[in-house]
Amino acid sequence: MTKSELIAELAADNPHLLGRDIELIVGTIFDEITAALSRGERVELRGFGAFTVKRRDARTGRNPRTGQAVPVEEKAVPFFKAGKELRERVNRSKPGRGAGERARI
Amino acid sequence: MQTVTRAHLAETIYTQVGLSRNESADLLETVLERMSAALESGESVKISGFGTFSVRQKGRRVGRNPKTGVEVPIMPRRVLVFRPSQGLKAEVNGLTPPVDDDE
Repeated sequence: MTKSELIAELAADNPHLLGRDIELIVGTIFDEITAALSRGERVELRGFGAFTVKRRDARTGRNPRTGQAVPVEEKAVPFFKAGKELRERVNRSKPGRGAGERARI
Repeated sequence: MQTVTRAHLAETIYTQVGLSRNESADLLETVLERMSAALESGESVKISGFGTFSVRQKGRRVGRNPKTGVEVPIMPRRVLVFRPSQGLKAEVNGLTPPVDDDE
């Protein structure tokens, strides 16, 4: 599923809304999450998951082609951790290997 | 640290798009539900400029209770992974995101 497919599905479900507004809504959601992360904040959507920013220390990397050492500066990376409900849904969908089954072992 | 929640996102939709508060909250919920349903069916969700959510199959492996050292089998499972786009990575580092961001 791509962003435009998501927009198309929402448009089909909400015929009373303008396609333009649906695009704006979807855009707003991801823009807001991005803005919060760039402010260093976390975004927590219960059941779905949480977006956070993790710090990576500076390290010495290597150019894989030449083997030459290159300094890699400290940086921030966006991180997503799936919420319990979504995690279970994703795992449960595999036939015969649900979360419940694993708990019985 | 500040935490942004559903309520904040719904409020932003309300102010930016001009739907009612209720409808804004409902739409947000629908977006999350649609994405969840796609992922549940094993389909990836690709949001250009933001990132890609995908489902990865993990094989069976032997784990260990870190406290007791007892070996426990970890059954094959499916996990969700998020790969941020170049643009999101750049934003988080306070850089201008690259123009071409359609990975």
